[in-house]
Parts: sequence; C-alpha cells; structure tokens
Amino acid sequence: MNPEHAPLIQMKNIEKHFGRVIALAGVSVDVFPGECHCLLGDNGAGKSTFIKTMSGVHKPTKGEILFEGQQMHFADPRDAISAGIATVHQHLAMIPLMSVSRNFFMGNEPVKKIGPMNFFDHDYANKVTMDEMSKMGINLRGPDQAVGTLSGGERQTVAIARAVHFGAKVLILDEPTSALGVRQTANVLATIDKVRKQGVAVVFITHNVRHALAVGDRFTVLNRGQTLGTSQRGQITPDELQDMMAGGQELVALEGSLGGTV
Amino acid sequence: MTSATKPTANTDERVKEISNFRNALIRPELGGIVGTVAVFSFFLLFAFDSGMFNSQGIMNWSQISAQFMIIAVGACLLMIAGEFDLSVGSMIGFAGMLIAIFSVTLGWPVWMAIIVTFVIAVSIGALNGFIVVRTGLPSFIVTLAFLFILRGFAIYLPQTIERKTIIGGVSDAAQGDWLAPVFGGKIFTGFFQWMGDNGIIAVFERGTRKGQPVVEGLPMLIVWAIALVIVGHIILTKTKFGNWIFAAGGDAEAARNSGVPVNKVKILMFMFTAFCATVFAVCQVMEFGSAGADRGLLKEFEAIIAVVIGGALLTGGYGSVIGAALGALIFGVVQQGLFFAGVESSLFRVFLGVILLGAVILNTYIRRIITGER
Repeated sequence: MNPEHAPLIQMKNIEKHFGRVIALAGVSVDVFPGECHCLLGDNGAGKSTFIKTMSGVHKPTKGEILFEGQQMHFADPRDAISAGIATVHQHLAMIPLMSVSRNFFMGNEPVKKIGPMNFFDHDYANKVTMDEMSKMGINLRGPDQAVGTLSGGERQTVAIARAVHFGAKVLILDEPTSALGVRQTANVLATIDKVRKQGVAVVFITHNVRHALAVGDRFTVLNRGQTLGTSQRGQITPDELQDMMAGGQELVALEGSLGGTV
Repeated sequence: MTSATKPTANTDERVKEISNFRNALIRPELGGIVGTVAVFSFFLLFAFDSGMFNSQGIMNWSQISAQFMIIAVGACLLMIAGEFDLSVGSMIGFAGMLIAIFSVTLGWPVWMAIIVTFVIAVSIGALNGFIVVRTGLPSFIVTLAFLFILRGFAIYLPQTIERKTIIGGVSDAAQGDWLAPVFGGKIFTGFFQWMGDNGIIAVFERGTRKGQPVVEGLPMLIVWAIALVIVGHIILTKTKFGNWIFAAGGDAEAARNSGVPVNKVKILMFMFTAFCATVFAVCQVMEFGSAGADRGLLKEFEAIIAVVIGGALLTGGYGSVIGAALGALIFGVVQQGLFFAGVESSLFRVFLGVILLGAVILNTYIRRIITGER
C-alpha cells in the first residue's frame, strides 16, 4: 500500500490443476508487510488451494511465487515456514492430546545438546509458552495443560502466537473465525490487529464479510478459481463484497426472500 | 515455578480446580503402576512359598516379561505414532527362520546371518510403512496381509529347503562367533557366582556343576529389554523426534501443516517395530539353538495388549514407553505366577481379556479428561 514498501509476497498467475479439475485458473495476489489482506470466496472458490500453494503444500501447475522479490520454489511446507510463511489452519491448528508447550513448538522444537545427543529443551519451551500466552491474554494452568482443554478461540490465538514467535513474515489464517462464538471471534480479530501492527503481512481467509471488513486493509475475492479483483478498504461496501463472493444473481434473489439478512 | 508466577486473580472462575487425583489419572503410566503393584502384592501374598521369588523364579518371569517388553517398546512407539503392526509375531518366526537358514543351511558365519536378517526385517518394516503412508490404507489391513505373507514364508522356506519346520544346530554354528553372545550370552556371571558363594542365591548341590549358581548370569535378553525401554522412553519424552511421534499420531494433518515429516516418522516407527521383533527373534534362536516356523504366534496381540495396559490410546497420540514396559511386566508376572500358584494356565487368557477390557475403558475415560470432551 505504502509505495516505498515492496510487496512481501507476490503470487503471479497461479494455476493449479488436479487431474482434470482446474482448481485455480490464473490467480494473482500480492501482500504488503503490515497489511491484512482478506481473501474472500464461497466454498469451492479455490481459497484453500490458493493458500496451500502459497504455503508450500501444493506446487503450482503454472505461475510464479515471488517472496521478497525473489522467485521461490517450495518443495514442502517446511521450506515455506523457514522462509517465513506460516499458516494457521481452520480446524487443524493444534493437537488436543498434546500439551500447549509441545504444540507451541511442534515442528520447531528447541534443542539443547547433552554430549553427542540433542534433547528437547523442555524448560525453555515451557517458559516461552507461558510468556507468549500471557502476552496474548491467555492464562494457562501450566505449560503442560492439554490443548484439548482450551476453547476454540484460545486455540487459534495459541496458533497465531506460535507463528509470530517463530518469525513469520507472512501469516496465513485459514478461516480462523468460522467456528467461533461472537466473543471469541472478537478476540481473534483483535489478535490479528496486534500482529499486523508488528509489521507482519496477514492473509486472512474468510467467507464472512463482516469479519473481513472489521480488520481488512484490502480485499480479494475468489470465485470458481479466478480473482474478481482486489479492492482497498473504504472503496467497497459490504453488499458489493457479498455479491462478488456469491457470483451476483442468485444471492440477490435469495436475499430478497430472507429480508437482507444474509 | 509456573504456578508461583501465575497471578491467582486472573484464573477463570468457570474452571473447576483439578483435583490431584484427576491430575494423577492423566499420567499414562498410572494404570501400569497400579497394575504392577496389585499383581506383585497378589503373588507375594498367595505364591510366596512356591519358588516364584527365589533366583530361578525371578529369572523365569523376568525373562518372559523381557520378551514382552522388547516387542512392546516397538509396538508402543508405533501406536503413539498412530499405527499398528500385526505382523510382529510373523516377523519373529520369519526372522528366526532366516538366521537359521543363513547360518545352518547356507553355512554363513552367524554374525553375517544376524546382520543380513536385521537388514531384511527392517526393510520389510519400511515396506509396511511405505505402503501405509502411500496408500493411506489402515495399517491394520496392510500389516494383516504381512502377518500371513511372512508366516507363509516362515513355513515355506524350511519346508522347501530342509523338508522340516524346525531348523536346529544354530548353537553349534554360533560357537566362537563374536556377535551371537550379544543376543544369547549372559553378563555379570562373576557377580552371580559371588551371590551363589555367599548363599544369597541357590547353587547346585551335586553333579558336575556343584557349587555353581543355578542362575549363572543376567541373560542378554533382559539387557536388551531394559536398554530398549530406556532408549525408547528417552526418544519419546526428551527429544524433538519424540514430539514428532506424538504429533504424527495425535493428528497427522495438523502435524504435517506444522512441518512435521509425518510419513518419515511413521515409516521409521514401522522399521523400529520390525527391529524389535528381530531382536526378540535372534535372542530366542540363540537361546533355543533352533528356529521354528510357528515361533512368535500371537505375539503381535500380546504386544498391543501390553501397550494398552500401559496406558496408550489405540487411536494414537498418547502413551508411554514406561507404561508399556510395566504392561509387559504385569503380563509376564501373571503368566508365570499363575503357574507357580498352581492355577490352571488357561485362566491366564481369561485374565488377559478382563484386564484388556478394563484398561481400554479406563483409557477412554482418561482421554475425555485430557481433551475436555464430555
């Protein structure tokens, strides 16, 4: 947005085919540091495929990914994570049976060397987890509390805190608010705001226009594997966004019968 | 430390205080510890005079427990990683048969037979794992197939080559071999002699071995069991890889998304299970001096039962190697203890079924406590 800032990540004409199915047909998006870029679209629009391509889960069939101006080829999610692209997934962010601290460091375990062996540094992990959680306003009984005992919003917050702690420059949030209550949603949106102010580029996937408008700086709408353009905050109304997502016509008719409540 | 720094004013008023009892319940080893205490109390009370707790008796149930422990460690780590291996028992028969064929029929040096057998067995473990992660099929089905395939070969090979199902003569072949004693030898023989000389343990009263202790030393089987339990426990709880094992079994998709190489972890655990089965097989072949086509029958289920008694969840993601080892100990002590106590040995199976059911119900309850489900 700010002209002297270069985009942190640029996705250019990304295509992704699964066999005969064209999931993405040339999608281009760029994300700047410190902005919250909302990616909207109905179910099956290609949002998930798109962010999976961004985070290294899928390789694009065509198109290029530029990260900090350099072309990237991610072999797997670990590559993307080490480059600074972190994803917080819809339902799959945490493992309920494991402790918060084990979850927090999953895939990024701190090690301390004792002799020739590397050991999981539990003391460090527990300390960092407690610190980060209290910063985000979550009071744990202890670092060994199982994630299964946290609420949905708390789990999302743990996942976001984890990603930021590990130096994410781009944070992809895959429908973080879809299964949450009102208050928990507000907490997660507030967390997104905190994170954005630290200069992290946030990609916020949602199909809820109100959640998007609450924190978004720019909005890109996906429909049937294509982008319907990107608009700035203030240049688009909630109704226009909603229409673009649903592909226009049918929803207008539906909305009429529902009294404009969708 | 953490409880001291936490301001009490901020605790959520809707969260009930967790009692120490419930806190203790969520330790996976709890069932194993309680079971072990119960089993030992029972047999100390009812079978103390039967010879179960003299040197031979202790060695007897220790060896049986150690056998269970060796395969339970592998099964435990694999189950925590979210998979099963039903081919463990067949692998024991198959690997034992390979050693006998290599060393006796083909006349290879025993060390080479052992090493080649380990390579083959671990490769089959890798194949098991590879098929499971590649096809996404339940490991139950894939390893059930290998249960039959490996058992089939364990019978077919000796039948075709030697026209019998038991190949003996491994002891003679192992004479003077450097690797064989690592599996079939005994250590601390001097210490056991000293205990015999000082009247702590029984010695032979007459015959050519007069004055020698009845139990000559600590069998390598037990050393292997203890070593595998310690190594398994450290890997699971104290290393990065251990965290990956929990993660792979807890939720493979979430783990993958966090950058855990789930497929690699699972395949490695299948390989480790095959390794443990082969350790069992080699120890057994070295002890008996022969390999039989029916060795290891039903061992896969016994391993799984020991692991479940030890508090692991069948669905993966939760469990403990120490728990599995205690499960194996309970197993061995009861199996041999019933014999010492003069109880009909078929009742052992009844006991197994009952304790298995009890353990699974308890584990399900514990799982609800941990995850906060109702």
